[in-house]
Amino acid sequence: MSLEIENLDLQAAVELLEGGSCSSEELVHALLSRITARDSSLCAYLSVDGDASLRQARDADKARASGSTAPLLGIPLAVKDVINVSGDSCHCASKILEGYVSPYDATVIGRLRDAGAVFVGRTNMDEFAMGSSTENSAFGVTRNPCSIDHVPGGSSGGSAAAVAGGEAVAALGSDTGGSIRQPASFCGCVGLKPSYGRVSRYGLTAFASSLDQIGPMTRTVRDAAALLEVMAGHDERDSSSINMAVPGYSSCLGEDLRGMKLGLPKEYFVAGTDSEVDNAVRAAVEECSKLGAEIVEISLPHTDYAVATYYIIATAEASANLARFDGVRYGHRAEGVINPIDMYGKTRAQGFGAEVKRRIILGTYVLSSGYHDAYYLRAQKVRTLIRQDFEKVFEDCDALLTPVTPTPAYRIGEKVDDPLRMYLGDVFTVPANLAGICGLSVPCGVSSDGLPIGLQVLGPAFKEENILRVGHAYELARANSKNG
Amino acid sequence: MNYLVSIGLEVHVQLRTVSKMFCGCATGFGAPPNTHVCPVCLGYPGTLPVMNQDAIHYTVVAGLLLGSNISDYSKFDRKSYFYPDMPKNYQISQYDRPLCDGGSVDIEIDGLQKQIGITRIHLEEDVGKSTHFSGKSGVDFNRAGIPLMEIVTEPDITSADEAMSFLVALKQIMLYGEVSGCNLEEGNMRCDVNCSVRPETQSRLGTKTEIKNMNTFKGVHAALLYEIDRQVQALESGEQILQETRRWDPDAGITIQMRVKESEHDYRYFPEPDLMPVVLDSDKIEEWRAQLPELPRERRTRFVEQYGLPDYDAGILVEDKALADYYEEAAKQSANPKAISNWMMTEMLRLLSERGLELGDIAMKPESLAGLVKLTDSNTINSSTAREVFGILFAEGGDPAHIVKEKGLAQVGDSDLLDKLVKQAILDNPRSVEDYRSGKKAAAQFLVGQVMRLTKGKANPKLVQDLLRTKLDG
Ligand SMILES: [Zn+2]
Repeated sequence: MSLEIENLDLQAAVELLEGGSCSSEELVHALLSRITARDSSLCAYLSVDGDASLRQARDADKARASGSTAPLLGIPLAVKDVINVSGDSCHCASKILEGYVSPYDATVIGRLRDAGAVFVGRTNMDEFAMGSSTENSAFGVTRNPCSIDHVPGGSSGGSAAAVAGGEAVAALGSDTGGSIRQPASFCGCVGLKPSYGRVSRYGLTAFASSLDQIGPMTRTVRDAAALLEVMAGHDERDSSSINMAVPGYSSCLGEDLRGMKLGLPKEYFVAGTDSEVDNAVRAAVEECSKLGAEIVEISLPHTDYAVATYYIIATAEASANLARFDGVRYGHRAEGVINPIDMYGKTRAQGFGAEVKRRIILGTYVLSSGYHDAYYLRAQKVRTLIRQDFEKVFEDCDALLTPVTPTPAYRIGEKVDDPLRMYLGDVFTVPANLAGICGLSVPCGVSSDGLPIGLQVLGPAFKEENILRVGHAYELARANSKNG
Repeated sequence: MNYLVSIGLEVHVQLRTVSKMFCGCATGFGAPPNTHVCPVCLGYPGTLPVMNQDAIHYTVVAGLLLGSNISDYSKFDRKSYFYPDMPKNYQISQYDRPLCDGGSVDIEIDGLQKQIGITRIHLEEDVGKSTHFSGKSGVDFNRAGIPLMEIVTEPDITSADEAMSFLVALKQIMLYGEVSGCNLEEGNMRCDVNCSVRPETQSRLGTKTEIKNMNTFKGVHAALLYEIDRQVQALESGEQILQETRRWDPDAGITIQMRVKESEHDYRYFPEPDLMPVVLDSDKIEEWRAQLPELPRERRTRFVEQYGLPDYDAGILVEDKALADYYEEAAKQSANPKAISNWMMTEMLRLLSERGLELGDIAMKPESLAGLVKLTDSNTINSSTAREVFGILFAEGGDPAHIVKEKGLAQVGDSDLLDKLVKQAILDNPRSVEDYRSGKKAAAQFLVGQVMRLTKGKANPKLVQDLLRTKLDG
């Protein structure tokens, strides 16, 4: 049979494998061919280990033959280069981790492995997940599969491009300020940022510890639910992971939104947002209303402060998190150094890219004595206000609908010299990280230039079932109206 | 001009947890370099710390023993500085919300009681150890991540002797609380010393210097003697004391400037996002308080009351918890606790020090000592035999009654047999008999000795003496 791998979603792949109409080895083989054909132009992957993937696929096939019914048995996944997989490199798209081979599996990888998943390759990203365009990778720029001269978004741009470009059935990303949702929106796939504490961070190379979450990037909302079901849950190795039962997300999905109350935060529908984006999102809201949801306008009054707050807290934490890359124990070490200080200076100067350096310096500054209270402490206070904004509206609403980004994907190189403009593009995504709530990006339109537009569904902390339900019902309705 | 001295100590005490503070690695001392390590304590990308609850418990126990206020809410912070022995280049420590606040340690100096205030006790992780070879350096991370408790004192200490007394008393309390092995050779207790002097007419404290990384009590004492003298001389000659960090050179017997305050680090503390704050409810704290061991001071008083020991003896016994525990175990099984104390204060301590042993090294059990006292008190053996049996017990352990029986050491109390032997001694030693009768009463001792010799030392000496007197005087 000819496998249309580029159109295959995770659920369809599971059905093919379970029905015996194709083996995992065949599936992975087809995927590897697709990657070979397509990735020289997309550059979604940093590395693909064909032999290892096929070996895992054959093991999965054997396991199925001997009766295993693991939920993701034989399903190939792409992994963002920031997540540790035992025996693999984990460069975080940085030269400073040259030669580093991970000695352990991230908890999420362990869970997916136990569920039968096959790890195909590592996807490109902004170095250490710092960026919104995947242009900050030390190993090349990833391109948007919908328009080759546009960015795929970031920092999980490689994962988004792989999924949207038919080079992956599904992928893992990480989201610190929008790094799953924004590239999903730019590339036209689904991206879910779980609530802080829902998915273990153990094994995710930290950018900003109080904001980071690993999440699924998929072709459909149903696929995101299926992956999250496996990934989520308490982990003793991560003190910030919550000890709370994981709902069966797939079984929460339905075709309508009756009984749901969805809020439209007025601060997210403002001048400055591209009119095509605004129109597409408003049309999606209308669709949700037709599906039975009650729509109410609400306010999140501290939204304006979110980007500034985010860039203080995230860079402060990053400045400490990235201190460990010093050339002493692993990764790159500068040659010809005369003492430890010289080694740190040269190693880090050679190993880190410009954006990473910028953020380390920013973070070091906001924590320095004399500035700590004015920046870091104040940002923490504003963060509390932002969290309270959400808590208040979620007393009444089941979820919120907003744009993911103010504009569709921009051209490669367009904003690279203007970091501030790039940071402002995160305005609709960072509040969810600051508040610790969950968020989903679902495709809701295409611009006149053919660039995808995303709808963001925000939900209360640990209520992923709400946003999955909204996203799934909307996605079905949109597919039906397109077909019909 | 007279000068007042103010000394404050920051004492780092390694806790005796089985595993490290944030990972499962072992804490044992002396393993080959980098064998007690894992991705967590090596600071590998993506790893996260998980709090060792025993470390929290031990720190709270230390706080309770020192009379600290235990915080119901405390948190951990990152202290940033680059150093090759720091795996993450930040240390997880506690900045503004330590586990324990306040407290004190009582010391005795020249027979007078004095209280040294404790400012705070916080918990942090230890760092690795750098070694420098020719042309390169190595780091051993076995120690990295071992829980370290930092006890900070008020500047209440006013002399090198007081500092010494404080450290000895603190160590004793830590050993009593079983929170640390307190093994100085293994670096279980290390301290930074802050010292300033000022003219007695001045109320404001003088500029302080800090002597870093002292790992012996003697070193602290010697360094303080030097540093106090150095500062006084500097003031006398009109010099300014610089706020600086100094290093003690034990060979030269001097402190040396390391760096002045201006170049000190900005540690950029902020709350550790990877750990949850520590919330201790009062039930938990009370539960731990109820399990606290008795401290030496209280135990000494109790020994005097309960066992009728002289205060001096009780003082010696409680100085070392192991010794006091041993004593108490033996005393509980004996009708004569004073005799137990006598044995321990004399033979036991003498043999231990002669042979360079610790109490834990010897085979003799407390019940054996109680048994030995019983044999003496019942006149089954005499005191010289008892010393011999003690020696055997000390070296080999065992049951004293069994040893006495096996070696035939029981006292000869058979008066018919002794009567015969006394007669024989009189017959064999006419000179001594004559001496005795002519008034040299000491000659009787010689004759007693002869009878003892004939019984190989096992005769009841009192009985022999009585029999001899009757025969010679009659
Ligand atoms: Zn370890």
